[in-house]
Amino acid sequence: MKHIITLNDMAKSAVTGGCGECQTSCQSACKTSCGIANQTCENKNR
Amino acid sequence: MIHQYKLNGYNIILDTYSGSVHVTDDVAYDAVEGLDAGKPRSEIAAQLLDKYKDRGVTSKDIRDTFSDIDELISQGKLFSEDIFKDKAFDLKNRSNVVKALCLLVAHTCNLNCSYCFASQGKFHGQQGLMDFETGKRALDFLVENSGLRKNLEVDFFGGEPLVNFEVCKQLVAYARSIEKEKNKNFRFTLTTNGVNLTDEVIEWANRECYNVVLSLDGRKEVNDRFRVDKNGNGSYDRIVPNFQRLVKARGEKGYYMRGTFTHYNTDFTKDIFHMADDLGFDQLSMEPVVTDPSNPSALTEEDLPVIYHQYEILAKDMIRREKEGKPITFYHYMINLTEGPCIYKRISGCGSGTEYMAVTAWGDLYPCHQFVGDEQYRLGNIWDGVTNTDLRDEFKLCNVYARHDCDGCWARLYCSGGCAANAYHATGDIHGTYAYGCDVFRKRIECAIMIKAAEAAMQAENGQAEPENR
Repeated sequence: MKHIITLNDMAKSAVTGGCGECQTSCQSACKTSCGIANQTCENKNR
Repeated sequence: MIHQYKLNGYNIILDTYSGSVHVTDDVAYDAVEGLDAGKPRSEIAAQLLDKYKDRGVTSKDIRDTFSDIDELISQGKLFSEDIFKDKAFDLKNRSNVVKALCLLVAHTCNLNCSYCFASQGKFHGQQGLMDFETGKRALDFLVENSGLRKNLEVDFFGGEPLVNFEVCKQLVAYARSIEKEKNKNFRFTLTTNGVNLTDEVIEWANRECYNVVLSLDGRKEVNDRFRVDKNGNGSYDRIVPNFQRLVKARGEKGYYMRGTFTHYNTDFTKDIFHMADDLGFDQLSMEPVVTDPSNPSALTEEDLPVIYHQYEILAKDMIRREKEGKPITFYHYMINLTEGPCIYKRISGCGSGTEYMAVTAWGDLYPCHQFVGDEQYRLGNIWDGVTNTDLRDEFKLCNVYARHDCDGCWARLYCSGGCAANAYHATGDIHGTYAYGCDVFRKRIECAIMIKAAEAAMQAENGQAEPENR
């Protein structure tokens, strides 16, 4: 019986992240409320 | 820190600091809830046996459940510790790289929307257009201050940027002429009300702009309540055909229909569905109005349950559309659980005042478009650079760990502490929080992750790769 399904990197990104090449969140759609959660990392080497 | 909630038949547990998302059965959901409350396992087990005896749950089931939970804990996927807190305070020592500019090419507008935060593009100051030389210097400033960053972003904004289309064209041509030599990749975006979307503009935008943001509030009567011209005439009939021509010609390139909902249309899913079903748009964004609470259009506390319900309606409808093979994208429901932003981005936020700045038509620098016109927030200018370095340092420290209102919030690494401008306008402090926006944001994240749970269930039904089962 499966009691828990895990759908999915946060700690890993502390090592490999921070390149700054992803889109500035405010430019992506809304301009009034932050959409950082709605972004995807663009660092394919992560 | 964890967050548990039930939505649309799914039991969902979020682990804040690992970013793990778990979908559980009722027994596991209650067991985790008991552990989070500090109850002894023997007490939890007894309660579960009693609660679920009619479902045939056995002691072995409960032992298996605790075993699954222990495995997740040992893997750092449940009840994980905050290992990022100390990293937040390295931000004050980060570089002064600038990678994105909001170019206010027009401090004027051909519409007269009463809810406009920029006071119809004048930003509480004078009207004016950016000339090419100022824009060119802004692009040079960006290149000079971008360090090793390759992707540079420039948004044509206003006011209505297409009032100054010739300069927009010239600036893109200039950027393209230098990007190879400078080893940069300029990504232009355009935010427009659609009035001046001629065939020439559409061809240019679809060729040069990485993304276009098209302002439309939804149904005609909703859009035309606020989005009117100088004579008070609604804009819907003028702009919708323009947007449709642009999107039809745009192919696979990104765009967003970007609406604003207010106290007058808290049934905003009808506006989203109108844009999707009646107008043919499939990339949609609908934002709650941010305005003075005394404004009649401002959202109220009484509106919150209605708004929550609307977000649930939207999420369930998007699942239906996905199943029918005709999906739509809603900006705030885009959550990438495996390749989302890195922890540095989640802690530091949007970069306003540091790596992202707004440039006025006269070359002044502000932390972002929402601070323009507030003299105490002027950072400097594109010729002398950032001269108010104290202000820049203040924004460097403007992160989720600097906002103590966020200390106990499970969503803190999704919103990064929220928008500094909204916090400033709500509390007078860029390190504050805009509480109403927080409530709305948390609901959107809950709905977005529920959609992910539904997608995983659909994939499992279709025999596609399953998530991690245990």
